[in-house]
Amino acid sequence: MKVLVPVKRVIDYNVKVRVKADGSGVDLANVKMSMNPFDEIAVEEAIRLKEADKADEVVVVSIGVKQAQETLRTALAMGADRAILVNAADDVHTDIEPLAVAKILKAIVDEEQPGLVLAGKQAIDNDMNATGQMLSALLGWSQGTFASELDIDGDKAVVTREVDGGLQTIKVNMPAIVTVDLRLNEPRYASLPNIMKAKKKPLDEKTAADYGVDTSPRLEVVKTTEPATRAPGIIVGSVDELVSKLKEAGAV
Amino acid sequence: MAVLLLAEVNNGELALDATAKAVTAARALGDVTVLAAGASAAAAGEAAAKIDGVAKVLVAEDASLGHRMAEPTAALIVSLAGDYSHIVAPATTDAKNVMPRVAALLDVMVISDASGVVDADTFERPIYAGNAVQTVKSLDTTKVITFRTSTFDAAGEGGSAAVETIGAADNPGLSEWVEDKVAASDRPELTSAGVVVSGGRGVGSEEDFALIEKLADKLGAAVGASRAAVDSGYAPNDWQVGQTGKVVAPELYVAVGISGAIQHLAGMKDSKIIVAINKDEEAPIFQVADFGLVADLFEAVPALTDAL
Ligand SMILES: Cc1cc2nc3c(=O)[nH]c(=O)nc-3n(C[C@H](O)[C@H](O)[C@H](O)COP(=O)(O)OP(=O)(O)OC[C@H]3O[C@@H](n4cnc5c(N)ncnc54)[C@H](O)[C@@H]3O)c2cc1C
Ligand SMILES: Cc1cc2nc3c(=O)[nH]c(=O)nc-3n(C[C@H](O)[C@H](O)[C@H](O)COP(=O)(O)OP(=O)(O)OC[C@H]3O[C@@H](n4cnc5c(N)ncnc54)[C@H](O)[C@@H]3O)c2cc1C
Repeated sequence: MKVLVPVKRVIDYNVKVRVKADGSGVDLANVKMSMNPFDEIAVEEAIRLKEADKADEVVVVSIGVKQAQETLRTALAMGADRAILVNAADDVHTDIEPLAVAKILKAIVDEEQPGLVLAGKQAIDNDMNATGQMLSALLGWSQGTFASELDIDGDKAVVTREVDGGLQTIKVNMPAIVTVDLRLNEPRYASLPNIMKAKKKPLDEKTAADYGVDTSPRLEVVKTTEPATRAPGIIVGSVDELVSKLKEAGAV
Repeated sequence: MAVLLLAEVNNGELALDATAKAVTAARALGDVTVLAAGASAAAAGEAAAKIDGVAKVLVAEDASLGHRMAEPTAALIVSLAGDYSHIVAPATTDAKNVMPRVAALLDVMVISDASGVVDADTFERPIYAGNAVQTVKSLDTTKVITFRTSTFDAAGEGGSAAVETIGAADNPGLSEWVEDKVAASDRPELTSAGVVVSGGRGVGSEEDFALIEKLADKLGAAVGASRAAVDSGYAPNDWQVGQTGKVVAPELYVAVGISGAIQHLAGMKDSKIIVAINKDEEAPIFQVADFGLVADLFEAVPALTDAL
């Protein structure tokens, strides 16, 4: 079985984002970018499937700017076999909407015929939580979202999902789209020799036009603003002072 | 304009708070028809009919719609979509599972976690873990939206909408339910509680999480946790507050032994009053706290529980 893993290049989760003063967006020039943390978990899971002889090839895909090559090389260094970069934007501030990403991924799935697509549950920049579900709809495949456990058994996969009430376990037909949550696994770090080896692994470059997908946005960004800031608080000296402040504020 | 609102139905029961909050957001867009779908959904439909501002309720009962499975639920919504300009739901994990699927089947974008309605086409939503707010205008003919419940007040009760029964769509038969593991609790539900007490890695163990629970019970509060506390096994996953957990905005949020990473703040910084108890005076949680107490939680929390 081949496993396809879409990986997104996003602002590093440790970076404090700054909204541009003109309200046009978030400043991404010269900030540290990394692989979306959920996608690291998806790559890790795919590699573990290969190590367990349940998969024979792991293909990673990124759609976006040329610099997403670095993200793909990281995935290759972790252990993915080959990569596809779909150049779909020139400016680092351009992001492709999940619907367009899903359409491009569908075309790649049609070509590559994977038995499983492992995606992140959400990208930490736009927090849309949509791409996997959309791809699943376009392919007419089953979906197992927010997975914290995944067990593949022949033509079925058992997926344990993190949901509002606790955990839900479902059984889905293969091929399937599974989107991964944080507790599925702990991704490995790439070793130096593997980073060197990754430089020689195949990386194909394509464009959105190769797949005949129109990536023009359906959502027009009117403006981007800072969230409301909270008024500064105070440090209290003791539990008793805390209790009296809470009483004054009518909170208890 | 006509809005179809997917009610949150759990095992035949309406999740009133989440659904009524989404009704508040949806009313601004047009006449609201609520869809209650499930293996049993009639009682949920009756309850939804009483929410103020609901014009009509559709009840779809079918075994395939039980356990909120994405594929049959999305197929049902798509079969109804032609009559509506907006298809919306509260941003629960169930809706986040279903609504992007609906959107893709309709060839439109989904707007996830909208926190504000500007007009019928334009919505606000938090991005980057709530560190920025984006206003977006949809160019699609049908708008598919999930609403972040913590930013809307629940619509009241007193309505008496007509209830109509409809059939399910064909089940694509792609998946089946196996089991739900839901911890029973007498405490209020995390996303609708007026008070939330959360513990972090600083609590140190599952046993000591009892300190957090005792304080919560004294305050009639729900219990929350940071991701580190959940990852370490001190607390179950459905207690996680944050960017990838639940978003809460109670009257009072007490953060104990939580450092205040941006991913945690994303889930609680709209709380009315925030209290932080942490032994490290440099902890970033103090930057959002109204009342900060620099102390060892093992002394401060029992003392606070006693003093209340
Ligand atoms: C309100 C709003 C307005 C926007 N307006 C515009 C606009 O005007 N123009 C524009 O170009 N963009 C726009 N975008 C950006 C775009 O819609 C998406 O944010 C982005 O491409 C994908 O959304 P996400 O990262 O939240 O995806 P999610 O659905 O959260 O991502 C889930 C998973 O899908 C996979 N994935 C997602 N994107 C990629 C990718 N590019 N490559 C590989 N794998 C991927 C990953 O596995 C990821 O973990 C806008 C976004 C928002 C939120
Ligand atoms: C993609 C992604 C998504 C994430 N999503 C979330 C999310 O949804 N929610 C979330 O919470 N996190 C999330 N995180 C994790 C987040 O970055 C932090 O790692 C996490 O919130 C830290 O939890 P913590 O504050 O409990 O632990 P720590 O950062 O370890 O803080 C523990 C605190 O306890 C204090 N302490 C220790 N002992 C005592 C004592 N005896 N008395 C008083 N104080 C004490 C310490 O001073 C410290 O400040 C996410 C991370 C990533 C990468």
